[in-house]
Amino acid sequence: MIEIKELTKRFGKKNVVDKVSLEIQPRAITSIIGPNGAGKSTLLSMVSRLLDADTGEVLLDQRTVKKWKSEEFAKRVSILKQSNYTNVRITVRDLISFGRYPYSKGRLTEEDKKHVEQAIDYMNLHDLQDQFIDELSGGQRQRAFIAMVIAQDTDYVLLDEPLNNLDMKHSVQIMKILRKLVDELGKTVVIVLHDINFASVYSDRIIALKNGKLVKNGPTKEIINSESLREIYDMHIPVQEQNGCRICVYFNSHA
Amino acid sequence: MRLWMLIIASVILSFISLFVGAIDIRPSDLLDWGSDETQIFLISRVPRLLAIIMAGAGMSIAGLIMQSLSRNKFVSPTTAGTLDAAKLGIILSMLFFTNATYIQQIIFCFIFTLIGTLVFMQILDRIKFKDAIFVPLIGIMYGNILSAITTFLGYEANILQNISSWLMGSFTLVISGRYELLYVSIPAIILAYLYANKFTVAGMGEDFAKNLGLSYRFVLNLGLTLVAIISTSVVLTVGVIPFLGLIVPNIVSLYLGDNLRKTIPHTMILGIVFLLICDIAGRIIIHPYEIPVNITVAVIGSVIFLTMLFRGRAYAK
Repeated sequence: MIEIKELTKRFGKKNVVDKVSLEIQPRAITSIIGPNGAGKSTLLSMVSRLLDADTGEVLLDQRTVKKWKSEEFAKRVSILKQSNYTNVRITVRDLISFGRYPYSKGRLTEEDKKHVEQAIDYMNLHDLQDQFIDELSGGQRQRAFIAMVIAQDTDYVLLDEPLNNLDMKHSVQIMKILRKLVDELGKTVVIVLHDINFASVYSDRIIALKNGKLVKNGPTKEIINSESLREIYDMHIPVQEQNGCRICVYFNSHA
Repeated sequence: MRLWMLIIASVILSFISLFVGAIDIRPSDLLDWGSDETQIFLISRVPRLLAIIMAGAGMSIAGLIMQSLSRNKFVSPTTAGTLDAAKLGIILSMLFFTNATYIQQIIFCFIFTLIGTLVFMQILDRIKFKDAIFVPLIGIMYGNILSAITTFLGYEANILQNISSWLMGSFTLVISGRYELLYVSIPAIILAYLYANKFTVAGMGEDFAKNLGLSYRFVLNLGLTLVAIISTSVVLTVGVIPFLGLIVPNIVSLYLGDNLRKTIPHTMILGIVFLLICDIAGRIIIHPYEIPVNITVAVIGSVIFLTMLFRGRAYAK
């Protein structure tokens, strides 16, 4: 269980994240949405201990994240940032093997190899496993990184805008995979998303931030409606039902 | 390229290196233990070969570590001010610590090199525009500033000519008793191999490393310490050998990738082969005289480096 208590981060004089308190529901996809500069990525970085909070704390299983040993934490929570690792030439298989680093420090045991094999199977990467990651397309590379996280075998998987620079087909592919991680493997996924329609269609819960403050936190259907969206984005966003999905039609909206 | 090919090449070149030089030595001469040839062989040729092997392997690995940790293919001891810091350290210790023992001077020089490298990494941390070419340009400028201070001090103390001759990379003066400091690069290389996985993970970026529970700062500092140890020992014994740490790791990266556990053996052996070729060429071209190895390395190296720049810009990004 991840609990966030009164979490605050200041950059200069600005509170980028301002006294945010919430709990992450296990075995669900939670999307973090909000306008640019709302503090979404900063929040995620603090939860995953990439960034230290100024005040407040993050608890994993009732224990503050700062007290966790880094490698023990790495067995429970994984984080994928917007990937800029494209200039490093390692093979897909090597990348996925690094997911086992918290367990074996790079010397793979039989157990580790089994996990790597399963991750390759799960993400259907057999054909690509010996290619260098800098030779892959954006979608393929994102799949390889997710496979690494699967091999890391953590209960919590946090992703910072994983759909960045992906076309529609690959975005859908990645979201379906995340859905499977929750439904089949029982993971807890927390994801920063820019596109509210992906958040609406694929997530169980939504957290909305605005100017560093938590403005909404609840099940998806309670948040995806014109009224709540106006509060978050300061614009009128009509919502339409389509095959049971709520779609936000904001493209020609008047403020 | 296969590792065994490189190993065979290095063995053949080592053999040639032992029997090329101003004085003609044949393998049969070595049968007579007391002959002059045997003495020259043991006092000059064997130490020279060992020095080339350790310097070649060491400088290549130092470059590899720097490229991995800075995440830039063009950062190396030559292009990040490391060798210039080592040079300045030597001059400072010679001018201001004249009463210190040899060991103390070496340690001072090592610490100075380490600080010089750390300063560059700090600069790298602060600048926002991390273009593949821009970063080494800053490094070269930074190195030139250090080098200018060295020249100034040398000029003031009237030892300018001595400095340039001492610090010019050359194996000519390597004889038994004057190269043994290079042995410290062996444990440094072994340590680099043991930490290969950690360097690769750190090379994927701080966030990536932290996600996997790696203590990024520790690995970074360890890597830079190894670079400083190797660079100091090489500069102190044979002088500045440019480009080696830049070219060799890049060639290996092109065909083998950036997973250090796989590339370290190749980088090491290719570095030895490259330096042996350059040194043997330097001994043959104007035989019985010698061209210092830093000149042959610079000529061959700059051609390869330019080719890399023109053809490989897409790859280096």
